[in-house]
Amino acid sequence: MNRRNFLATALAAGSAMLTPESSAGEMSHFEPPTAAREADAVQTMTFALTINGAEHQLPETPVNTTLLDCLRDSLHLTGTKKGCGLGQCGACTVLVDGRRVKSCLCLAVMQQGKQITTIEGLGRPEGLGTPEELHPLQAAFIEHDAFQCGYCTSGQIMSGVACIHEGHAGSDDEVREWMSGNLCRCGAYTNIVAAVREVARRSASA
Amino acid sequence: MIPFSYSKPQSLSQAVASHAGHGSDRGSWAADYFAGGTDMMQLMHDRVRNPERIIDITALPGLDRIQVDEQSMHLGALVRMSDAACHPHVVKNYRVVAEALLASASPQVRNLATLGGNLLQRTRCGYFRDAVLPCNKRLPGSGCPAVGGQNAGLAILGTSEHCIATYAGDFANALLVVDAKLHIAGAAGTRTIPVSDLHRRPGQTPHLETQLHPGELIVAIEFPATTGGWRSHYLKVRERTSFAFALASVAVALDLAADGTVQDARIAVGGVATTPWRLPLVEQALRGRKLDAELCRKAASLAATGAVPQTQNAFKVPLLQRVVARGLEETGGLA
Ligand SMILES: Cc1cc2nc3c(=O)[nH]c(=O)nc-3n(C[C@H](O)[C@H](O)[C@H](O)COP(=O)(O)OP(=O)(O)OC[C@H]3O[C@@H](n4cnc5c(N)ncnc54)[C@H](O)[C@@H]3O)c2cc1C
Ligand code: FES
Ligand code: FES
Repeated sequence: MNRRNFLATALAAGSAMLTPESSAGEMSHFEPPTAAREADAVQTMTFALTINGAEHQLPETPVNTTLLDCLRDSLHLTGTKKGCGLGQCGACTVLVDGRRVKSCLCLAVMQQGKQITTIEGLGRPEGLGTPEELHPLQAAFIEHDAFQCGYCTSGQIMSGVACIHEGHAGSDDEVREWMSGNLCRCGAYTNIVAAVREVARRSASA
Repeated sequence: MIPFSYSKPQSLSQAVASHAGHGSDRGSWAADYFAGGTDMMQLMHDRVRNPERIIDITALPGLDRIQVDEQSMHLGALVRMSDAACHPHVVKNYRVVAEALLASASPQVRNLATLGGNLLQRTRCGYFRDAVLPCNKRLPGSGCPAVGGQNAGLAILGTSEHCIATYAGDFANALLVVDAKLHIAGAAGTRTIPVSDLHRRPGQTPHLETQLHPGELIVAIEFPATTGGWRSHYLKVRERTSFAFALASVAVALDLAADGTVQDARIAVGGVATTPWRLPLVEQALRGRKLDAELCRKAASLAATGAVPQTQNAFKVPLLQRVVARGLEETGGLA
């Protein structure tokens, strides 16, 4: 049992004890018992993912691995962040075949044959983005001071790139609506909107 | 994440057979279809669903197609919410559907989520989503702590003493007012049902949420061609402007004569009921009368007829009436 599963089991047991009406012998509301499922063998598969233009061969990988965990833990592409793990914050946003998605809601095994772009691959198509070769939106985030702690930033930038590409950055209100899947706990929204708008304007006139 | 095995069938019959092999008699352990995965991933993360196998249906041929002809439009069950919402034919002829989709979730979720999965999304009731708490929907007979508990977001219409969970989706409400049908396939063959027959009220059996038999797949959604004077619109009110589930929402379709007389009306509401919910009394109050602000308000006053407010959600009664009135006015160009 790994740490996370242990915690889940311990939490489950803990809150069952805290429920005032629960008593010994009462039906468990936690169905099925986690421990029983731990015994099940986790299916693994070997497969390849194309990330920032390069093919990555993955060793035997559990089929229940999210694209997010695969990027961060297996491939050490840690620019993509894990916030909620539930689709609610947007920190894990990446592009799959050019479309922005939340990588915490995707299974890695289902991404075979698709083109995945992460923040590491944004500056240069070869996936070797360097501080000298930033994507215009990365540069605009710096110019506009569009972050504080930076945790949401790679997700904001990936989402912003797609937002501009989709043509949904025509006004501040439009950017706010179409960037609503990216939360910023530091509240850098004003400057995020400014950065996205500026790059949208520049790419429209280019 | 819970352990599971993974399969990716290449045909409908393979998918149905794969499902049958992982028993529907196994409660939350039974196999689950997996489309966009946006609800499945949350449900598995929270151990509300614990399938021993997930069946990836994204390779099933033809289910991602959009077909338009003079009589109808078919949207395949695997069409992504974002693609349906910006399809020119949907935008032009089924405005309420496009608006309901765009008012749902976020761009990143809509790029993954499918239409079939959207219709079958599970309630957001906090007791259902917390696997350690009792919930009649998740674990039949364990009780409903939402009655008398945290129920501010829960339903006032269609409830029973066993369950007051809200149907949280937006798209299904819009489908009700455009008279859409579902094409379904399963071990026993194919069938077609009106969308209004899909969801069941909780009654004594809140764990039975739809009319689908175990292992049945939604294949496509069929829309009859729109005619003449129909106008439609979706209005959704949330705790914040965007990226939130509805506190109350309304899907409106009105057939208006040139002088503004309502020839026919279909109204459905979301965020307030246990299923997508039509308002026949409001529709009846509108028919044959000239649409003005006064009529909108009068008809909308019937919207919460039969409502059973709980300890924390009585605010939904006036909210629903106002949302319906506003939705009617906006549809009729009065607001
Ligand atoms: C952060 C967040 C916010 C959201 N906000 C909203 C919102 O405001 N409004 C709204 O309406 N929704 C909202 N949703 C819900 C979202 O729209 C649904 O999760 C999504 O539409 C489900 O589609 P999917 O393809 O991802 O389904 P999946 O997660 O793959 O499946 C959902 C269910 O449907 C079953 N299923 C899927 N396809 C089929 C099929 N063809 N036949 C039979 N069974 C099938 C699966 O077995 C599963 O039980 C939100 C979701 C998230 C994560
Ligand atoms: S980590 Fe994926 S949306 Fe929060
Ligand atoms: S910069 Fe801190 S969360 Fe956005």
